[in-house]
Amino acid sequence: MRSIPSLAALLVCAALASGTASADPMRAEVIHWWTSGGESAAVKVFADAFTKAGGQWVDSAIAGGDQARSAGVNRIVGGNPPTMMQFNTGKQLDDLVTNNYLENLDAAAAEGKWADVLPNAIVEASMRDGHFYALPVNIHGQGWLWYNTKVFADAGVQPPKSWSDVLALAPKLRAKGIVPLAHGGQAWQDQILFDAVTAEEGGRDLYIKLYSSDWQAAIADPKFKHVAETFKALRGLMDDGMPGRNWNDATAMVITGKAAMQVMGDWAKGEFIAAGQAPGKDYGCIIPGDSVYLMGGDVFVFPKVKDGAGKAAQKELESLMLSPPVQVAFNTKKGSIPVRTDIDVSTMDACAQKGAAMLKDPAKQAASTAFLISADENGALQDVETQYLNTPGETADEFIQKFGAAIKASN
Amino acid sequence: MTTNPSLSPRHAKFMSKLRSQGPAALALIPAAVIAIVAYVGALAWTVCLSFTSSKLLPSYNFVGWAQYNRLFNTEAFTSAGWHILLFGALFIAGTLVLGFLLAVFIDQNVRFESAFRTIFLYPYAMSFVVTGLVWQWFLNPELGLQKIVRDLGFSNFTFDWLVNSNMVIYTLVIAGIWQASGLVMALMLAGLRGVDSELWKAARIDAIPTWRVYVSIILPIISPMVVTAAVLLAIAVAKLYDLVVAMTLGGPGISSQVPAKFVMDNLLERANVGLATAAASVMLVTVIAIMTPFIYLQHFRKKGARG
Repeated sequence: MRSIPSLAALLVCAALASGTASADPMRAEVIHWWTSGGESAAVKVFADAFTKAGGQWVDSAIAGGDQARSAGVNRIVGGNPPTMMQFNTGKQLDDLVTNNYLENLDAAAAEGKWADVLPNAIVEASMRDGHFYALPVNIHGQGWLWYNTKVFADAGVQPPKSWSDVLALAPKLRAKGIVPLAHGGQAWQDQILFDAVTAEEGGRDLYIKLYSSDWQAAIADPKFKHVAETFKALRGLMDDGMPGRNWNDATAMVITGKAAMQVMGDWAKGEFIAAGQAPGKDYGCIIPGDSVYLMGGDVFVFPKVKDGAGKAAQKELESLMLSPPVQVAFNTKKGSIPVRTDIDVSTMDACAQKGAAMLKDPAKQAASTAFLISADENGALQDVETQYLNTPGETADEFIQKFGAAIKASN
Repeated sequence: MTTNPSLSPRHAKFMSKLRSQGPAALALIPAAVIAIVAYVGALAWTVCLSFTSSKLLPSYNFVGWAQYNRLFNTEAFTSAGWHILLFGALFIAGTLVLGFLLAVFIDQNVRFESAFRTIFLYPYAMSFVVTGLVWQWFLNPELGLQKIVRDLGFSNFTFDWLVNSNMVIYTLVIAGIWQASGLVMALMLAGLRGVDSELWKAARIDAIPTWRVYVSIILPIISPMVVTAAVLLAIAVAKLYDLVVAMTLGGPGISSQVPAKFVMDNLLERANVGLATAAASVMLVTVIAIMTPFIYLQHFRKKGARG
């Protein structure tokens, strides 16, 4: 008989629990890989804004993009998806869209006029078959040339205006005992350098053609051979310790004046800032040729969830993360530039303003290879590029032939 | 328990066998299920996926031998195969020889034996990742050995194997031998200590030179230790991955790429499950092909010994 009151109590408890569940605040579990100092400060901007809007932010940071992505994908496929998950802008999420795991964001996009305020390439990268599936949050410029202004002044050289200039000013730096180009010899960094050279020396059209279905015409173009030769010639500007070096170690060489220049994305700015250097004064940022801004970046996707708290959180986040104040605050911390071209960036640093100004011109926008080709093809091309850069005897023609074979094999 | 008289003798025998061995079999079922599902099942699934066009997620769109065709036309993989063969041969031979010599050295009743033993075994306590990083710094021409010697005044001294595409694979061998020879020493030392001291006395009476005793008498006696060490090293070769990631990342270029790294790259970063599983299957077949003669040999030897 004693079991009846306890059963009743249990029922009351259950009712209370479900009652509070329906009144639960928005709850968002977010998987991302922003774990370094500047990055976690940046993601905190989103978290704070979401908390202010009445939500509960559950942070699932996993160090390393690979690890974070595979953990997130495993959970989505296994039926226990996070509310929101980070990807790099590009093709990484294709399979998730095809298999119908992601929420369609068309409603939020229409409301926020994404198609009008975002650069074209970003819109395309966020859409699959005419529908939005990804929310872009930032744009990283990938082809920046960073240089130490003091080293340049001491050697009596002007900032280069083209890649031929870079090659031409190297002897003066060498004469001073300075490594002209600091480089980290890892395949992805070799690719950043190669694409920066391709976009400027080959031009935007060649660059876009190269990573489209019309690639055969692009690699047959004499300009592509010139690109290949320039890329290889840059090897002569690097030091012997280059293979395997981390990108931030290469940046440190520029900061300390051991080397004069480095080609790296705008995340390198964080290293200069951490060393107490000011843009335009201690270090400079240029895109040699000034004609193409290679865009990379991050997006968030919203896996299909069942609970009400998660759905409400998704709805809120879809508009919140693109609001102008959040965009400026987030990107200032992250070192990238806002994904919207219609907001005031005058509070940001000189390099970010330079990038934002370039981005306003559609003729200067181009997406990084991660948007344009599959991860598979990207990796195959990295193999070819790094091998060419590191094999002294390999000629430009051999390289072009291998480049074509790699594209063919991965399509 | 009384036997039920209605049961036939055969049935009774079966029941008693079940009673005595049933619990043991029952206890083994979970282990057997795990082995079959987790190992054999995953293995079969991997081979199955290698015949599909899977990208980020597994799919069952079968494409025949296409992934294998691409695999063997991919320089990063074919050169990885040659690298692992070269590494494996030099690493196993070098580690066995060095480990044996270290064991012989300690076996001479040297002073501070336990201190030496600890020192020699110490590298093995470090993971391959730490080993790789240490050797990367030491061999980096701008930071390590080359710079030190040059700073001492020998400005022509060059030791740039780590950044030289033709030599980089040997730096992996050096780091691998440094790490693993302590383990081989410990195994061999255990073997040496087990050798009957009467043998040594007999050899001394016959005035056989010490090196000759080691080579012709001791080595055959401790051959089980040598085989054990060789098997352990061979396993380390097949799964060589972390040392390469920590030390060279497969570079310069692709000149120190290895199969396991190729598999991991394609599985994760390059979202190419089909190609990765094809490469993994090729590794599996290779290992089986190398192992089969050994297993056969062992099997026949045992039979021969019994007969």
